[in-house]
Amino acid sequence: MSIKEIQEEIVDEFSMFEDWMQRYEYMIELGKSLPMIKEEYKTEDNIIKGCQSKVWVHAELEGDKLVFTADSDAIITKGIIAILIRAFSNQKPKDIIDADTSFIDEIGLKEHLSPTRANGLVSMIKQLKLYAVAYQTQLN
Amino acid sequence: MIQTVLDILSIRKDFPILNRKVNGYPLVYLDNAATSQTPQKVIDTIVDYYSRYNANIHRGVHTLSQEATDIYEQARQKIQKHFNAAKPQEIIFTSGTTHGINLVANGFASFLKKGDEIIVSALEHHSNIVPWQMLCERTGAVLKVIPMGLDGKLIMAEYHKLLSQRTKLVFCNHVSNALGTINPIEEIIEAAHKVGAAVLIDGAQAAPHIKADVQKLDVDFYVVSAHKMCGPTGVGMLYGKEEWLNKLPPYQGGGEMIAEVTFEKTTYADLPHKFEAGTPNICGGIAFGAALDYMNAIGFDAIAQYEHELLEYATKELLAIDGLKIYGDLKEKTAVISFNIEGLHPYDIGSILDKLGVAVRTGHHCAQPIMDFYKIPGTVRASFSFYNTKEEVDILVASVRRAKTMLS
Repeated sequence: MSIKEIQEEIVDEFSMFEDWMQRYEYMIELGKSLPMIKEEYKTEDNIIKGCQSKVWVHAELEGDKLVFTADSDAIITKGIIAILIRAFSNQKPKDIIDADTSFIDEIGLKEHLSPTRANGLVSMIKQLKLYAVAYQTQLN
Repeated sequence: MIQTVLDILSIRKDFPILNRKVNGYPLVYLDNAATSQTPQKVIDTIVDYYSRYNANIHRGVHTLSQEATDIYEQARQKIQKHFNAAKPQEIIFTSGTTHGINLVANGFASFLKKGDEIIVSALEHHSNIVPWQMLCERTGAVLKVIPMGLDGKLIMAEYHKLLSQRTKLVFCNHVSNALGTINPIEEIIEAAHKVGAAVLIDGAQAAPHIKADVQKLDVDFYVVSAHKMCGPTGVGMLYGKEEWLNKLPPYQGGGEMIAEVTFEKTTYADLPHKFEAGTPNICGGIAFGAALDYMNAIGFDAIAQYEHELLEYATKELLAIDGLKIYGDLKEKTAVISFNIEGLHPYDIGSILDKLGVAVRTGHHCAQPIMDFYKIPGTVRASFSFYNTKEEVDILVASVRRAKTMLS
């Protein structure tokens, strides 16, 4: 599936929820299914700055696709990064770089998008895209 | 049951913001240690200033300027009276506590020499550590730290051992922002003076709850921020004993702080203007005075007694939650509860509480060394004010329980 299709799928899932409680509960569930980063990659270098909780992200190429793994010490943050990884992992770096992120708005997580929010969703997206840029250069 | 000494429902009517809804729930504002809310009287003072007599002070011969000057100087006198300073010129308007601390640190740069020592407490806010580190880098002075115990109290025996003829300045907060611990500043000040050291006390967290008497304390410098005591943001005061303020060099150059200027030499203005370069936060200063009037009309004794009742009630109710741990001493403290729930991240708890309309602070509260000490990423901090109610404590507790269920 393309990034856009996955994003539409996520938006569909979230549209079933009536209130924030259900959305958060689902996010917490998603957090539990997050593709776990290997312990050896949980280094200071892999911590995303700008989050009140700790978030580690690792990226590696499998063929021409970029695969992300991550972890966080906070459950809600884990849910947010799980949604991002679901949308962006296993995709070509070029597609990740070009991907639109407005689906975050549509799933009712807009409040997390402001750059001043302590959870650092913006920093997470930036970091995933930075990895894509780095690997794209490598592929070229 | 809380035996209220204050008419809280009538007090709450003074604060328009308390009628707000957040995420569909009535706001329960428990982040008072960061910023307190503003009563209508203070808001009216701000509107009145800009509506009737907004003008630059101390310079103009026109009516508006004279009115603004008079009311600004009256505010200084209200602050002087509130903290019982001997003279109005011992009150310097600042942009807040951090500004006051930097002003003193900068002044001490001209006295300190290599090998001199500055003592700070382990219970400090970041802003209180950084200026002293910078000062030590500039002067070659050495920074010493009064350690804290697991109970969140300073280990006073260690403090007494640190003091010597080399000690030039001791710096400590009156109340810890992260834990709410009330520090024994009387003992700290007296012992520092015995070795000839000056003492600067950060009163930012104490001032909303405790009326400090700077003469009785015999403290050399005391700093506060207005926004924690029902006043506006961006204004605060530095109290300094006149002899100290005369000794310290000016912090910033500019208008207001000069007596005479030629290209050869400038002579500085007398206190307090020597430290008030440029056009000050006139409206803020005046509103700070109005905030003190408001709090004094309620009375600090009644405020302290009521907040203590709230604190005891909230402590008891929160501790009934399985796995909840409160950091710091449970007795000698202001109405602040810093807690965690076993296995949960403070950020997660804070996020759910926000969704339920409950405003708390989460994180390290700008006191990372304290969090490192407890080996935790941070805490959830609920801080109460005299306008909070027992019912709000109940909402907090119920919300924490709900967050726990959702997150576990």
